[in-house]
Amino acid sequence: MNMIQAINSAMDVMMDRDPAVIVMGEDVGYFGGVFRATAGLQAKYGKTRVFDTPITECGIIGVAVGMGAYGLRPVPEIQFADYIYPALDQLVSEAARLRYRSAGEFIAPITVRSPFGGGIFGGQTHSQSPEGIFTHVSGIKTVIPSTPYDAKGLLIAAIEDNDPTLFFEPKRIYNGPFDGHWDRPTQNWSQHPAGAVPEGYYKIPLGKANVVREGEALTILVYGTMVHVASAVVADAGVDAEIIDLRTLVPLDIETIEASVKKTGRCMIIHEATRTGGFGAELSALVQERCFYHLEAPIERVTGFDTPYPHSLEWAYFPGPVRIGEALKKVMKD
Amino acid sequence: MPSDRPGANLPPLSLYVPEPRFRPGDTVDFTEVPVPPAGQARRPDTAEPASAFTDLAYDLVRVLDADGQAVGPWNPRLSPDTLRAMLRSMVTVRAFDERMFRAQRQGKTSFYMKCTGEEAVAVSAAFALDRDDMCFPSYRQQGLLIARGWSLVDMMNQIYSNKGDRLQGKQLPIMYSVRDASFFSISGNLTTQYPQAVGWAMASAAKGDTRIAAAWCGEGSTAEGDFHSACTFASVYRAPVIFNVVNNQWAISSFSGFAGAEATTFAARAIGYGIAGLRVDGNDALAVYAATAWAAERARTNQGPTLIEHFTYRVEGHSTSDDPGQYRSAGEASAWPLGDPVTRLKDHLIAIGEWDEERHIAQDKEIAEMVRAAQKEAEANGILGHGLHQPLDSLFDGVFEEMPWHLREQQAQMLAEETASGRPWARK
Repeated sequence: MNMIQAINSAMDVMMDRDPAVIVMGEDVGYFGGVFRATAGLQAKYGKTRVFDTPITECGIIGVAVGMGAYGLRPVPEIQFADYIYPALDQLVSEAARLRYRSAGEFIAPITVRSPFGGGIFGGQTHSQSPEGIFTHVSGIKTVIPSTPYDAKGLLIAAIEDNDPTLFFEPKRIYNGPFDGHWDRPTQNWSQHPAGAVPEGYYKIPLGKANVVREGEALTILVYGTMVHVASAVVADAGVDAEIIDLRTLVPLDIETIEASVKKTGRCMIIHEATRTGGFGAELSALVQERCFYHLEAPIERVTGFDTPYPHSLEWAYFPGPVRIGEALKKVMKD
Repeated sequence: MPSDRPGANLPPLSLYVPEPRFRPGDTVDFTEVPVPPAGQARRPDTAEPASAFTDLAYDLVRVLDADGQAVGPWNPRLSPDTLRAMLRSMVTVRAFDERMFRAQRQGKTSFYMKCTGEEAVAVSAAFALDRDDMCFPSYRQQGLLIARGWSLVDMMNQIYSNKGDRLQGKQLPIMYSVRDASFFSISGNLTTQYPQAVGWAMASAAKGDTRIAAAWCGEGSTAEGDFHSACTFASVYRAPVIFNVVNNQWAISSFSGFAGAEATTFAARAIGYGIAGLRVDGNDALAVYAATAWAAERARTNQGPTLIEHFTYRVEGHSTSDDPGQYRSAGEASAWPLGDPVTRLKDHLIAIGEWDEERHIAQDKEIAEMVRAAQKEAEANGILGHGLHQPLDSLFDGVFEEMPWHLREQQAQMLAEETASGRPWARK
């Protein structure tokens, strides 16, 4: 399966198991979503469980919160993560706080799916990575898969979870892993072990990172598309790096991170989102707080630049092999 | 001759900024506020399409006339017992507000908001809805809880954030949450609960349930995007929901003109969405009841949403943090042409021979005593600022269903700091 099919399969499995699960969003019904992630679900489960919505993100999330409070488990789709901002208040002030402010009387067990990230010539409105805005908010979980296998298992866990969860889908790798070389053909998920996705139910617990490559020389903290870019750079450079795919940013698997950095003594953090105040800053602070005396070099951050996402200069913005390679040299210097 | 400004021969544009008619010191004259005679507005069948009665979005549904009689097609013909129960609830709301306002002034809590002059809006709605219809209130619908018979002590415990507060002191005073009374957790962010009410109503419909939802917001916050998103959703899916816009003329110090009141009515917002719109006299308990019951019947028979504008007046300040004397004429409340909702309902009961001044005075006394007793009971659980009434470690409860490591660490740090300080704050 590719990642779209895996995500579709996760929703299919959950809708089949639990009549409270419903899917909603722009174009998700009859058409099955602009990325086809919800294809076939309306035909199978009916249009009261899978339906199109008006183009109002604050409405989509607000309605989902109300449905969640009623007792359903809505899986709303925001067509591109760049469009999540009109829904910010509903996510931050409402969904994230409902349990706390009502002392558990009402909850919002919603899973917001949204394709995010760049590398598809999507310009400013189809490329952003807004995860840092939400990891700053108390009461909401943030999940980012990097393979079809993980996407299905994590999405099932998110839908079953009783807290509001953001499920950001790295759309650059929907069809296959991406090594960061935009001018090379992309591999298909069918040629990758993580493309072997079981048909039925399984889940990957939220808050557990995946060590995708064990190593002794350096710890690389990544998620989403950058897991594959980082892996390719490490392979090319021949560095014995330990690559940790975080999978969920909140809750974060701090144990795995801490154990790894203490072992390797070096740390590099990579994300596509803009640098200042990004999730990398939080990771960097955590590593510094917990592993300072084990560090042999300053922590390196490789990120997108602090500009809006450019259209024609996309590959200059994208933290690709060149930028990661330079950072790798720097962190490995001494 | 060349000009330094292109189009210099055109008349300059000018920006219009609305201004209320009266400011402090001005004499108030409300004769320009149209108040049609009671009983005049027609009452369409609930099965009629919304487009068949758009005139009602510009009219004013009124039942109680100047003589205290209930007249016209909207007269809900309530039994004297129901009328007396409504009056009792409204009087209780007013007494509760008085007590809690004073408690805030005495430093017993941080904040309070009265609904003086608007008691009919919430109380009558509560009587017209079923008890398990889910209400998504704004912060001035305490009347819903009181009319549903919810414990005054419980409400006060919340206001005091004391050890009896079921919300564990986590929410601003008056931002109640009472699932058992079908009263949704209040948000201080305005009109966020409009789409939530629609979602709840859609879920109820999708499940083949029979319960409906109702939401409240002020006229000022109809400007919020959530309001319009909610109207679109409600219209599209014919959600069984009632939207209540409480037009009390003031959004803190901004008069209703800043929400668009000079251009049209708030009930007319419904028309563009194809939603049924009604404009009612919000100080007329029978009109509010009738409109709510009518809208509830539409919702329950799958006729879709109704938007009701309650034309009323906010007699008091926005909150205990507001000084209305700074921005509006002191004469407004007494000159308000729709009168006082409690007095009007009382006069009606007297006019039909089901009540008298003596009984009313006795009831006032009895309710004042009941509220005072409730206050005493609540204050035995503590008042805000007098120590911590909740276990210290409960601060971290309920951010997530299960506490993740970073909250556990912060909790441990807080407890260690507090232990080191030697202060005797309670633990779970």
